[in-house]
Amino acid sequence: MPTLVFDGIAYGMLLFILAVGLSVTLGLMNFINLAHGAFAMLGGYLTVAFTQRLGVPFVPAILLAFLATGLVGAVLERLLYRPMYQRSHLDQVLFSIGLVFMSVAATDWLVGSQQQNVHLPAWLQGRSEFGGGSLGMGHYRLFIIVVCALLVLGLQAILSKTRFGARLRASVDDARVAAGLGIDVNRVFSLTFAVGSGLAGLGGALGAEVLGLDPGFPLKFLVYFLIVVAVGGTSSVTGPLLAALLLGLADVGGKYFIPKLGAFIVYALIIALLLWRPNGLFSRGGSGR
Amino acid sequence: MWNAPRPIPAVSFVRGIPARRRLLAMAACLGLALPAMAQDNAFKIGLILPMTGPFASTGKQLEAGVRLYLAQNGDTVGGRKITLIVKDDTGAPDVTKRIAQELVVNDKVQVLAGFGLTPLAFASAPVATQSKTPLVVMAAATSTITEASPWIVRSSFTVPQVVTALADWATKNNIRKVVSLVTDYAPGIDSEKYFSQRFITNGGQVLETLRVPLRSPDFAPFLQKVRDAQPDALFTFVPAGVGTALMKQFAERGLDKAGIRVIAEGSVTDDDILNGMGDGVLGTVTAHHYSAAHDSAVNRRFVQAFMKANPGMRPNFMAVGGYDGMRVIHEAVKATRGAGGEALLAAMKGQIFESPRGPMFIDAQTRDVVHNIYIRRVERVKGELWNTEIETIADVKDPGKAR
Repeated sequence: MPTLVFDGIAYGMLLFILAVGLSVTLGLMNFINLAHGAFAMLGGYLTVAFTQRLGVPFVPAILLAFLATGLVGAVLERLLYRPMYQRSHLDQVLFSIGLVFMSVAATDWLVGSQQQNVHLPAWLQGRSEFGGGSLGMGHYRLFIIVVCALLVLGLQAILSKTRFGARLRASVDDARVAAGLGIDVNRVFSLTFAVGSGLAGLGGALGAEVLGLDPGFPLKFLVYFLIVVAVGGTSSVTGPLLAALLLGLADVGGKYFIPKLGAFIVYALIIALLLWRPNGLFSRGGSGR
Repeated sequence: MWNAPRPIPAVSFVRGIPARRRLLAMAACLGLALPAMAQDNAFKIGLILPMTGPFASTGKQLEAGVRLYLAQNGDTVGGRKITLIVKDDTGAPDVTKRIAQELVVNDKVQVLAGFGLTPLAFASAPVATQSKTPLVVMAAATSTITEASPWIVRSSFTVPQVVTALADWATKNNIRKVVSLVTDYAPGIDSEKYFSQRFITNGGQVLETLRVPLRSPDFAPFLQKVRDAQPDALFTFVPAGVGTALMKQFAERGLDKAGIRVIAEGSVTDDDILNGMGDGVLGTVTAHHYSAAHDSAVNRRFVQAFMKANPGMRPNFMAVGGYDGMRVIHEAVKATRGAGGEALLAAMKGQIFESPRGPMFIDAQTRDVVHNIYIRRVERVKGELWNTEIETIADVKDPGKAR
């Protein structure tokens, strides 16, 4: 049972890393970017390429994947996304889902449709058991939890404590006034988008081992990203974190206790949650809004 | 090759004289009458494969197998020149069916072949029946496919053949309790059903039958359940690519150290990707009809030629299905001097020959393949991972038909 909770937390943390970037772009920039998963996939493929083709060790490889995906995000933001900010949400959805399909086809064409394997270093393999085997912790899952915890603390600190965080929040609340105060709104958004994409890339890099990696990745996990953001709300970092943990625990628990219904439990839970609180668990201004 | 004049949509709808006249007129206009005549000499095979999408590797292997056979044995046989028309169905049944119809009606192919997945073969079966065109299934492995049309011949294998052999082997090797874990789709359910049936008949116990959704590849909760059930072995069938993740997590979770063995349907350790799966798969026991490590002169030649023609690719059971399927067609064309339809089908039935997989036979009654099933173990040989055959069960008929 403790093992199950541990697995659920690790899975939830992974979903959090994958989805937090989307929550940032959606919540702070009010832009619906369904192509978020494509950045995650890019991060995964880059990790595979770095570790296997270029022989980069695993940890530097995922950091590189984070930076490279962020860079690609910044370039695409400048070229493709910026003109879309002022458009309606429907336009944004159509535009970004189009990007998803293009990324799926492009990946298929470039590297083929087979599953990619990430080779982990020895110190991340294996697991430790505690309490006479009642709690087994896979080292890699433990690693995911640690990375995620650091990320949460870091993001929270940046958003609430730093000057950049203040500028970002100001730009989001009223871009025109913020610009009038001398904040370079475009640069703030561009940087935010890059970090959001980079986080997706990091999630993809970490997730390839657990979730598998093939060209269908952005579509396969799109639903999960959206659930995390919809349930967690977009006003804070902690909302999506709790939502992701809930999702992870429900998914793992459901599959363990009721395997026949396993894949369905999550969705039933989400429907119930959203009926109860249509604006998500932690929406700004409570459930009445 | 002269392409049928696609620009006239009427051709596909209006059958009979007017359309044919238009075709001829068109051909004459373009000064293509001569190639059109020469075409009569061609024996056309419509090869429908998933070349893009998630099953693209299946299509690639099949096509490579088919082309290798033609390259080795010549494309002119019985006075006819064999022409392949390769079409991509992306793995979607409605597309396969439409392509099969187009190939039969527009391109006038005499054989339909390929069919990477079970639903694709089922979707096309009515086309074969209505047009009396022999249809060679080179990949799909669900037992009942050959019963979908009297025109279907199979050169691949059937899931029940493989898993019942595995169940027998497990019983003999002191495996009494298993947990079955399969992907929740037709071949997975087929393998669960036939394995459990045979294993229980043999006196074994199936503690739990777990079905993993196709779209949820985190095996953690399922494997934890396996561990807690403490079986002697885990029986599994998952699509090839997913197998890697399963085996990794199996080892990561320490199931191997808990004394649980893995026995699997052979697609899990598919030769195409086996070498990239890492040491986690070492020792996995699988049952299948083909291993690229099969020890015979015919197979060594096949593997060598295949890898020369397709650098960086190791032939898997799909490639052999394509290779042998092409052999069946080739020989039938030779025997009938290119007559199509009924005569061709009759010449396909009952063929006995040595395939790279070992001896094989197309059963005249069922039109299904009869061949050896091998129990294999993943081993590292000369630095690469291979499925080493450790036991042979000779001449296995499809148990699905033996009812």
